Amino acid sequence: MDVKIPDNELEVITVSDLLKRVLELKKSGFRFSQANAALIDGKLELSYSFSDYENYALHTLRIVADTGEEIPSITQIIPAAVFYENEMKELFGARIMLIDTDLNDRLYRIRQKTPFGKKETEAE
Amino acid sequence: MGKRSVIPFGPQHPVLPEPIHIDLVVEDEKVVEAIPSIGFVHRGLESLAEKKDFNQMVYVAERTCGICSFQHGMGYCESVEHIFGVEVPRRARFLRTIWAELSRMHSHLLWLGLLADGFGYENLFYQCWRIREKILDLHELTAGGRLIFSVNKVGGVTKDIEKEKLEEILRTLDEADDELRVIRSVFFEDRTVLSRLKGVGVLSKEQINELGAVGPFARASGVRVDMRMLGYAAYNELSFIPIVSNDGDCYARCFIRMMELFQSIKLIREAIGKIPEEKEIEVPVKGNPDGEYFMRVEQPRGEAFYYVKASGKPLLDRMRIRTPTFANIPALCEMLKSSEIADVGLLVLTIDPCISCTER
Amino acid sequence: MALMKYAPQALKNLFMKPATKKYPLEKPVYPDGSRGHVTISIDECISCGMCARACPNGALKVDRNAGTWTIDRFDCIACGYCVLKCPKKCLFMEKGYQTPGPEKKEETFTKSPEVLAAEEEKRKEAARKAAEAKAAMAAKAAGESKPAEEKKD
Repeated sequence: MDVKIPDNELEVITVSDLLKRVLELKKSGFRFSQANAALIDGKLELSYSFSDYENYALHTLRIVADTGEEIPSITQIIPAAVFYENEMKELFGARIMLIDTDLNDRLYRIRQKTPFGKKETEAE
Repeated sequence: MGKRSVIPFGPQHPVLPEPIHIDLVVEDEKVVEAIPSIGFVHRGLESLAEKKDFNQMVYVAERTCGICSFQHGMGYCESVEHIFGVEVPRRARFLRTIWAELSRMHSHLLWLGLLADGFGYENLFYQCWRIREKILDLHELTAGGRLIFSVNKVGGVTKDIEKEKLEEILRTLDEADDELRVIRSVFFEDRTVLSRLKGVGVLSKEQINELGAVGPFARASGVRVDMRMLGYAAYNELSFIPIVSNDGDCYARCFIRMMELFQSIKLIREAIGKIPEEKEIEVPVKGNPDGEYFMRVEQPRGEAFYYVKASGKPLLDRMRIRTPTFANIPALCEMLKSSEIADVGLLVLTIDPCISCTER
Repeated sequence: MALMKYAPQALKNLFMKPATKKYPLEKPVYPDGSRGHVTISIDECISCGMCARACPNGALKVDRNAGTWTIDRFDCIACGYCVLKCPKKCLFMEKGYQTPGPEKKEETFTKSPEVLAAEEEKRKEAARKAAEAKAAMAAKAAGESKPAEEKKD
């Protein structure tokens, strides 16, 4: 079997570049793979991974945003991202604007609001 | 246009012992929209990374799912090993492959049984699970646990499979192979099965790509994606090609998983034939991980995604597991649209949902 | 014709022994290396507490002074990490699963009196030596530290 050496690229971009880069990646044949959030040192790190299933390359877009910062939704370009964005919004409290199907905290039926996000006490 | 009404499906449903809730908007007998919600059994496993060190997290990651537990442990270990930059001994990589394929077999047999049960073929359900029982016995023989293996560690595996046990695996696989052939002919030829599965829930290749579905679900629609092609563990030394079908209906999904069972048997035989004799099955890993890595492994249900970020401390900054079912939910909702309400249970079943592991 | 596919299997089933066991009467057979439950050969234990720190679930408790090793079997996930971590290799994974019970309870293993006495002896010896060393240090320091103390004041 021919060995595929995965290209694991990480590209840090600004919030305003997000939609442009996503569109470019989509046009060049990449498929949306996943999106995740992480709260590191009080800042939200959002990673959007795209993979090319022809050569199994992986390209990740990373944006670092303040917790209150508005982040545009990519669901208009990539419908698959809808639940990832809802998840980031519900669990981490990322302010993702204009999600295609915004479930309004109904994807995860949990009692606590944004359990992994910035705690209220920390914010004060 | 008929009157629209909303029918709640789940979280408790006889077809599906999994807590997913779907609001089905129906028009007469047709579903026009499906809105899912999960989180009924959310466990917060990912946030445990703040409390357990990276070695203990192996056992936490493994318990994400009861069915594909080995692959979760392996995916996590491989991503931490990538951060450390250690080379796992060759024998350990082969052992991982053997265990991974065994658990794939057990998962697919479980699914085939559930599918048969889902369309009311109880007898076939028992036949599938009879074979599955043999595979489970192999798990216990080699790893010590029937479902949870706990043999992975960062830097290798903790248990070796001795020669006699490898021969036992081969013997059991021969038996299973014969019995599987009978089951295969029933699944592929029986009128009951065909009338329930053929042409139901068709998704095209474009829809799959658009909605980001993974695994056998995507391969059934002609998307040639199999993360084993990345060559993690010992897959780079084994010969196989992903099984792909172009039909995109429930029957194709059943076909893919059935054929993958035989593929797994072939892969295990090949791996046992090629396994090196060396004694070494682990390398010591010193210090704490520093860095981040995205790792993808192919689970029975599809591509699972691991993201580990560490900053030189025993506690990880972030561990993320994206289970294949989570990626398949958008496509599931698309598939449910325009389906008959009687098929909903079956359609949900054909993505092989593992909702509980989606609730990390 | 798919109808007759199961005829051989059905015939076989007619003359086969049942696949199930009469459980409480007939004990199940587990293969070697089955991860059932953790046991300890307590007298070899040095009460280092590595197992308790390693346990992902916090099911273990080690008391050095009392010489006990306590496990909450209902919290134990039988992962075997404590067995791997034990420096004396006195923990083992045994066959046979944890049986269900009406309430959660802990199981405590205590070292035998001889071992405890020997350990007590050792501890006393160590304490005595430490005290002697401390006294010697204090005596030594007493001569030198007076100016230092004055400075501090």
